[in-house]
Amino acid sequence: MSTVDTLRFTTAGSVDDGKSTLIGRLLYDTKSILEDQLLSIENTTARRGGKGVDLSLLTDGLTAEREQGITIDVAYRYFATLKRRFIIADTPGHEQYTRNMVTGASTADLSLILVDASKGLQTQSRRHAIIASLLGIAHVVVVVNKIDLVNYSQEVFDRIRRDFIAFARTLNFARVDFIPASALEGDMVVDRGERLNWYQGPTLLELLEATRAAESAAGDFRFPVQLVARSKFGAKSEFRGYMGRIESGRVSVGDRIAVLPSGLEATVLDIVTLDGSLKTASAPQSVTLLLDTQIDVSRGDLFAHVEDLPTVTNQITANLSWMSSQPLDASFAKPGRYLIKHTTQTVRVVLEGIDFRLDVNSLERETGVASFKLNDIGRVRLKTLRPLMVDAYVGKFGANRATGSFILIDDVTNQTVAAGMILGEVGND
Amino acid sequence: MNAVLKQQDQYASFGTRISDVPVNNHLGWLESEAIHIMREVVAEAKNPALLFSGGKDSIVMLILAEKAFRPDRFPFPLLHIDTEHNFPEVIAFRDERAAALGEKLIVRSVQDSINTGRVVLRREDESRNVHQTVTLLDSIREFEFDALFGGARRDEEKARAKERILSHRDEFGQWDPKNQRPELWDLYNARLHKGEHFRAFPISNWTELDVWQYIAREKLAVPSIYYAHERLVVDRRGLLAPITELTPPRAGETPVLRTVRFRTVGDITCTCPVLSDAATVEEILLETAVTRVTERGATRMDDQTSDASMELRKKAGYF
Ligand SMILES: Nc1nc2c(ncn2[C@@H]2O[C@H](COP(=O)(O)OP(=O)(O)O)[C@@H](O)[C@H]2O)c(=O)[nH]1
Repeated sequence: MSTVDTLRFTTAGSVDDGKSTLIGRLLYDTKSILEDQLLSIENTTARRGGKGVDLSLLTDGLTAEREQGITIDVAYRYFATLKRRFIIADTPGHEQYTRNMVTGASTADLSLILVDASKGLQTQSRRHAIIASLLGIAHVVVVVNKIDLVNYSQEVFDRIRRDFIAFARTLNFARVDFIPASALEGDMVVDRGERLNWYQGPTLLELLEATRAAESAAGDFRFPVQLVARSKFGAKSEFRGYMGRIESGRVSVGDRIAVLPSGLEATVLDIVTLDGSLKTASAPQSVTLLLDTQIDVSRGDLFAHVEDLPTVTNQITANLSWMSSQPLDASFAKPGRYLIKHTTQTVRVVLEGIDFRLDVNSLERETGVASFKLNDIGRVRLKTLRPLMVDAYVGKFGANRATGSFILIDDVTNQTVAAGMILGEVGND
Repeated sequence: MNAVLKQQDQYASFGTRISDVPVNNHLGWLESEAIHIMREVVAEAKNPALLFSGGKDSIVMLILAEKAFRPDRFPFPLLHIDTEHNFPEVIAFRDERAAALGEKLIVRSVQDSINTGRVVLRREDESRNVHQTVTLLDSIREFEFDALFGGARRDEEKARAKERILSHRDEFGQWDPKNQRPELWDLYNARLHKGEHFRAFPISNWTELDVWQYIAREKLAVPSIYYAHERLVVDRRGLLAPITELTPPRAGETPVLRTVRFRTVGDITCTCPVLSDAATVEEILLETAVTRVTERGATRMDDQTSDASMELRKKAGYF
């Protein structure tokens, strides 16, 4: 997750809603496009029989994609204004839509959802919102694009806004903003333009600049151990350092911590960095912790304050997004095929049951499902062969992305086949 | 007009101050993310190595490795694929840094690959950039490396923009952009079949400006040719080609003396300096903040040959 001065957002829209044009407009009008890129785009525009700069070409992808005329993968784009910097996860539509959206949303603070004003709120926009909500994105911005095609009509904008609010009531957003815009003409993206005077709110860029990014320093202290350092360069003396990144909360020298899953307790003796020892450190810092007692600690263990422990369990309920073209193997119920990677541990996992498949267009729950195929999302119960230290993915401080998320890996193909958001311990969710 | 844009326009004008460069508190986040990635890869790979060329991105990679693994030794050697068409200042810097760190540096040379017939040149003076792939893949086989840390960034090029932080290579070292593993949160899937390997890119999320801001913040030394100096060059299709022993002027060309610096320091035969008076890190930072041309566009002849040259090279196993 990002710090306050970097905002990570994802963009979602159906094909032809103007997503590429909108991103191009943002980059172009913030002067993030350099001359040689512009020149190359002008050339391509001309070659394809166009004039000037076709903004949608700014986000043009790989040869393979151009040949097929589709975008096949998430692309990451970077730009900065004087106020802050931005990372866009640009997620394409088409077949692998859900998979790409889930991937892009997994690291985003905010989601931009594009709606084509001339078409109104479509099923796909609902799906984008549902996925953003499942991935714990608290803030959604609905860009009502192509407002020029409906004569910059406030009525059309208000109707889409009403429709969206009525539907999004059931979702977990802390905030939803609506902006009328024309990515093509440039209205209300970076510049206000002169044709949307009935709209008093901020431009898209102003809104993005003002949005608070999630603060991972809030929340309980969570420190998954990545590596144990056993020696000191050139020194013979005993050294045990626990390397990891503080995923949430803060820790200070003298704090009482528990090493999980064993539950053994110790006191933090030192917080070591290359730049010297620290008294206190907070998320998202990477540090090396020293403890006052010799206890057995290895990769996969997790440190937490003794008074704020996560749940230690080997039975979890989770929302699962299936990402592989090979459907979920029914023999999943027998140990062997799949591994779960959660924080810094990878263990075998057994499917206890599928509660339902979620229709991501309507939120309806379909029960009696035996398997998941590519782009399916649903709720499952899993049993792991070693305990995990978990928090609910969507928690009181926003998303506990580090301790609430996991991936499933196919032990046969080594592919990442699913992404999961933990709801809680079985029976306790 | 929007206030932000007005201020941004002033970038291009005289009197830009260092405080006008976009916020840099994000460096702490980028640094921590890179350390986390390095530690994950070291925990999961059997035999990693870190590509170190002496260029600015790999200099940043070295300090990040120190931050990730000191007070212990690096849990990997440094590896340089040397075209022997490098700027001498960069090679001297490379050796000095490795010695100062007390870490092991492995050098494998494209010239050796040429001598043994693994690489066949069409022309004696052609760019050796693309041929590094052969030497690189041979070195990976020689040492059985299963993970290579590289300093590539997603902002460099559009094929890079789609690449994973942990990027899978098949047994032939090939990248298959259409079939990448989804990469979610900070959960990296580092599992491999025999003979395959990973390229790991801890500074994927950094931009050129971030790299210079970090070099300034950490007070890192870089090879002298990154700073303004006088050099003989000729103008070729808008690029300033350096005149060296390896790259003499062509018939009809008159070299001129210019004050220039390098933005990247690759193979001499295809890396060009830019006109610049920037003699300190601060001046480079200002220049980078106002520059109107991408790093590769300003400096790399090999990327101008086609829209997709990087993509093609990457598919074949390039860095
Ligand atoms: N009239 C109008 N057309 C737009 C607007 N934004 C995009 N378009 C056009 O809609 C088409 C699809 O846009 P594109 O950005 O490629 O859509 P994507 O598939 O969502 O990336 C193109 O012909 C654009 O020029 C807009 O605001 N107004």
